[in-house]
Amino acid sequence: MTKEHANWSPYDNNGGSCVAIAGADYCVVAADTRMSTGYNVLTRDYSKICKLADKAVLASSGFQADIKALQKHLAARHLIYQHQHNKQMSCPAVAQLLSNTLYYKRFFPYYAFNVLSGLDSEGKGCVFTYDAVGSYERVGYSAQGSGSTLIMPFLDNQLKSPSPLLLPAQDAVTPLSESEAIDLVKTVFASATERDIYTGDRLEVVVLNADGIRREYMELRKD
Amino acid sequence: MFRNQYDTDVTTWSPAGRLFQVEYAMEAVKQGSAAIGLRSKSHVVLACVNKANNELSSHQKKIFKVDDHIGVAIAGLTADGRVLSRYMRSECINYSFTYESPLPVGRLVVQLADKAQVCTQRSWKRPYGVGLLVAGLDESGAHLYYNCPSGNYFEYQAFAIGSRSQAAKTYLERKFETFLDSSRDDLVKHALIAIRETLQGETLKSSICTIAVVGVGEAFHTLDQETVQQMINAFEIVVEDEPPAADPGTSAGEGGAAAEGVSPPEEGAAPMEI
Repeated sequence: MTKEHANWSPYDNNGGSCVAIAGADYCVVAADTRMSTGYNVLTRDYSKICKLADKAVLASSGFQADIKALQKHLAARHLIYQHQHNKQMSCPAVAQLLSNTLYYKRFFPYYAFNVLSGLDSEGKGCVFTYDAVGSYERVGYSAQGSGSTLIMPFLDNQLKSPSPLLLPAQDAVTPLSESEAIDLVKTVFASATERDIYTGDRLEVVVLNADGIRREYMELRKD
Repeated sequence: MFRNQYDTDVTTWSPAGRLFQVEYAMEAVKQGSAAIGLRSKSHVVLACVNKANNELSSHQKKIFKVDDHIGVAIAGLTADGRVLSRYMRSECINYSFTYESPLPVGRLVVQLADKAQVCTQRSWKRPYGVGLLVAGLDESGAHLYYNCPSGNYFEYQAFAIGSRSQAAKTYLERKFETFLDSSRDDLVKHALIAIRETLQGETLKSSICTIAVVGVGEAFHTLDQETVQQMINAFEIVVEDEPPAADPGTSAGEGGAAAEGVSPPEEGAAPMEI
């Protein structure tokens, strides 16, 4: 009397890792550009990072088809917001919208592991980390995706962000400078690429600060 | 217009083959304050007169951005206009979502026209009491359309709707042949002059008009008051009350009431102007 199982799954995991670190007046987001399925590489040049608003950038790992649909959905909602409010959405507003959008599909979820990051209304860096159904938390740094188990403990060791539940409330943002944070992120990805087969090819780093948004690339191992 | 028989229902024809309710709706458009549109090969300019009811209130918003490549100016029942703008925005967003490309203007105006037509053939509805000047850019170039409450739409080189629009139309008819090859700034200048025609003697100030532009390489946007005032100053030959306007700080306020600070001495002489 064994249960019959589906011979087809609506989901696939395209692999890859995403990281974000919040600073006092900047935010660093990074993701590798490898897209894979099973043991095969589909492309070495796919961006997992998407700008949703002037001060909000979404990096997602998981099933890229679901992620693409999620990004389009959020972009459309952002347009409506701009028509109604005559301004861009703030990062915390996008964070709540993303959470609600994910939970809306609680019983057929977006297979997306998201890290939303940007600058809050005070100009401080903020990072929000999510699960697939919208549970989220503001943190000082986060890693999601296939390499997250390798990356997160290292970030914990280097950045040691205090819990957001502590009283008195402590600043979650790292005291590191922008260039130090970028170097940290590059080191972290170089290490993750060594042991995680789904992470590699090229690293895309996006930096948000008072001057705007800028993008950098770094080559990673391609094996 | 004297009262007619056969005008109670929108779904009742008159013996002469007219739908009076639809014609009354077009009258509502003529009562609204003026809106003007004109286009060249690469740009479309929308302009409208923004008269606040009294000094204390702000003026009504008559120009709406629908998408980066489409904008609309309305005349008539502005509430109906807002609702239709929301519909147009929604259609643009849905089209972009599905096709990853901007909605062609011609398609949008047809959808708008069909929506208006429905209201002329249902006994439980009434026609929209607003005329829309739709300005947009697509692969086939710059376009200006006029959508009526009747469900008809036409494409124009230049057009004016609303109260005293005939004066503007006369000016546009004289000058329209030059529009196709006009520069963007010349087009805005023509729009401002056309607006001035509808004011019938009243001074043209940036506080009583709104200008919006869409063009190749230029997303639809409303020009700010300072820029508009500078353009007015550029072509106004003799205007006594313009010099005080040199302090742009005070005229930067968007509310119509803020304009009073710009030229108090002259305005005091003609309180009936507003």
